[in-house]
Amino acid sequence: MLSNLGNFLLFGSIFITLSIIYFAYQNIKEKNIQIEKNLVYLSFFQITFIITSFLLLIFAFVFSDFSLIAVYQNSHTAKPIFYKIAGVWGNHEGSLLLWVNIMVIFSFLFFLFNYKFNKSYSLYTLLVQNILILGFLVFLISNSNPFFKILPIPLEGLGLNPILQDPALAIHPPLLYLGFVGSSIYFSAAMAAILSNIYGKNFASSIKVWVLISWSFQSLGIIVGSIWAYYELGWGGFWFWDPVENASLIPWFCMTALAHSVLVLEKRNYLYNWVLILSIITFISSVTGTFLVRSGILNSVHTFANDPARGMYILIFLSLMIFFSFVIFFKRKIYDNFYLEPVSKETFILSNNWFMMFYLATVLIGTIYPIFTQVLYDTKISVGPPFYNSVIAPIIIPFLIMMAIGPKIRWIKQKYNDFKSVILILILSCAMNFLIFSFFKSYDLLSNLIIISSLFLIIHSIKDFIINSKTKSYYNLPSFLSHTGFGILMLFIILNHNFSKEYDLNIKVGETKKIDNIEIKFQDLKIKKRENYNAIVGNFNIIDIKKNYQRNLNPEIRIYDNPQTLTFESAIKTNLKQDLYLTMSNIDGSDFYNVKFQIKPFMLWIWFAAFLTASGGLLRTFLKK
Amino acid sequence: MLTKKIKKRLLFLISIILVTLSFLIFIYLNLKQNILYFKTPSEIFINSPIEGNSMVRVGGMVKKNSIQQNNKEIRFILTDYEKELIVVYNGTVPNLFSEEQGAVVEGILNDKKYLIADRILAKHDENYMPPQMKKILKENAK
Repeated sequence: MLSNLGNFLLFGSIFITLSIIYFAYQNIKEKNIQIEKNLVYLSFFQITFIITSFLLLIFAFVFSDFSLIAVYQNSHTAKPIFYKIAGVWGNHEGSLLLWVNIMVIFSFLFFLFNYKFNKSYSLYTLLVQNILILGFLVFLISNSNPFFKILPIPLEGLGLNPILQDPALAIHPPLLYLGFVGSSIYFSAAMAAILSNIYGKNFASSIKVWVLISWSFQSLGIIVGSIWAYYELGWGGFWFWDPVENASLIPWFCMTALAHSVLVLEKRNYLYNWVLILSIITFISSVTGTFLVRSGILNSVHTFANDPARGMYILIFLSLMIFFSFVIFFKRKIYDNFYLEPVSKETFILSNNWFMMFYLATVLIGTIYPIFTQVLYDTKISVGPPFYNSVIAPIIIPFLIMMAIGPKIRWIKQKYNDFKSVILILILSCAMNFLIFSFFKSYDLLSNLIIISSLFLIIHSIKDFIINSKTKSYYNLPSFLSHTGFGILMLFIILNHNFSKEYDLNIKVGETKKIDNIEIKFQDLKIKKRENYNAIVGNFNIIDIKKNYQRNLNPEIRIYDNPQTLTFESAIKTNLKQDLYLTMSNIDGSDFYNVKFQIKPFMLWIWFAAFLTASGGLLRTFLKK
Repeated sequence: MLTKKIKKRLLFLISIILVTLSFLIFIYLNLKQNILYFKTPSEIFINSPIEGNSMVRVGGMVKKNSIQQNNKEIRFILTDYEKELIVVYNGTVPNLFSEEQGAVVEGILNDKKYLIADRILAKHDENYMPPQMKKILKENAK
């Protein structure tokens, strides 16, 4: 019953999408300047159908309708309702339906907002976007239909992987998808801009908001993902340069570059071709990332259930998309003619794009290099995190400095005469660095330089903001938040990197171990019964002899019922200064427990700074000039 | 004679190319230093003289009854059903680490039979195995 209804809605959506493509095409050919009303109605039907199908799937998960394979494989009656809902996008089929949903919603909203803007531009955008939607809908129905039936109907589901039963991971996919998939709308708009030959400034102002929205959600998605990795994986790190993480970072670089260069296009009508290229590669890199991760080509510590047929379909779709988008792009034979003054906002924004492209190249090369060696030399390799750190870290320094100076530079041309305050701020940052340096133990030259430049960025932005707020103009508040946030983020990441401490030990119940000034006492073990798992809770007492404090930490080993899985939960005590982080594991009932105890300074500040950075984008979206 | 404008543009173009090239070389050199080879115990046995202190990843099965623990470390044998490798590790193990399960360890080879592991990679799925591993194990088990 539910399955039939779901399939009906999906096939209905395909039919509507096809008719939108047809009518939009007819409408473009007509000479009149009006957009036909029936396209609006059709779009409305489309969004209603697709959202209803998604709600239907949520309904099926909430009421545990095991006649659907997707529900049977990923849900269980005994699961808390929150995770029943999160289970909808915790699997391939459901997440793809979410993907299509976001594409349709963005398409609808974009069409609504640009309805009266320019007929052929709006219609071409609608047309291209619906071709993309059609591609994913066919993919959805042909080999990942969430409404597939199973017969006979099982009485109980298999349950969701416990490691996914987590609040951060429940909201991580929708956030990331809003970023990933949101970029489809400016891909379509870029195609439309070329096909309808629209003026660059108009194109820029119509996509600006959408770039910001997708950027903000992409950032939030990445942050939430790394928070999850931090407390769930039990390694104490929050970024591992894993292919999955890189796949989300590459589009983020594109979006960041785009969010900046689109301003140049809007203001000065420069860089049109470049903005078009960025719009195109953002979505292409999103889909490529999805393809690499889902097809299992990239070797990752995270894994998705993968299936070669799916990989094949996305690969073909991707190739077609790249081929046609570049054919269309090269048909446009207009060359931007521009001249940039060395000291102008344009130049600084362009420098941001250079940095972004450098980071993008680094991450891209590191991520796909193993594929090449595999194919060419048949050697299996992976690229270690030190590669990314040693390439990216030095280039962060000029980037932070430019980021500090850039926002204050005026458009077109400026005689830069702010040297006095720059030198003053530089001296101040050096002094602060010296204080940090003497307060903690020593750290290397590179860390010193990064700390100085991030302090420089923070102080410089705050100074600019205070001067600006005297004139009561709060228009630059968002960029202030993002830039300062990024400075704080870099500062605390470097501090955290240099002052983290890690102790590994094997210990029995009742034993005490002393390393450096830290005494770790394994007091006892308790077994507790919780809603859908049993937990073995360890009780550790940490005493710092030098600083004279003591804390109790309670890591857990959880045994989930459905499916039967073991997970190790870390115990984290957070305060403003540092996180105490303890994980324990055990191998097959041995007396020894493997314990990893870490002191991670300023974790809370890292999260705070990252959210601050993302909040700038959201604020700009809603702030009117 | 080149006009001043063209000269300026040429200079700009050349400097951009030089900067890009130097960045690419920078990336490449770092890449070469930080490659982790993925090997099986027999591959380690057959080829490669041990390069001092270079990190490798080794994949295989944890041999039955081979895990030993004391208050300093964990010791176990990683096997691909042909050759074996003794792994010494200090730290927490991932969820699904147990005997007769696949594992990937990362660390420094002491000699061809002895590896000091830095970490054991986590896997979220009990059926999961890196694609390369699956192939090798299937062939060896025949």
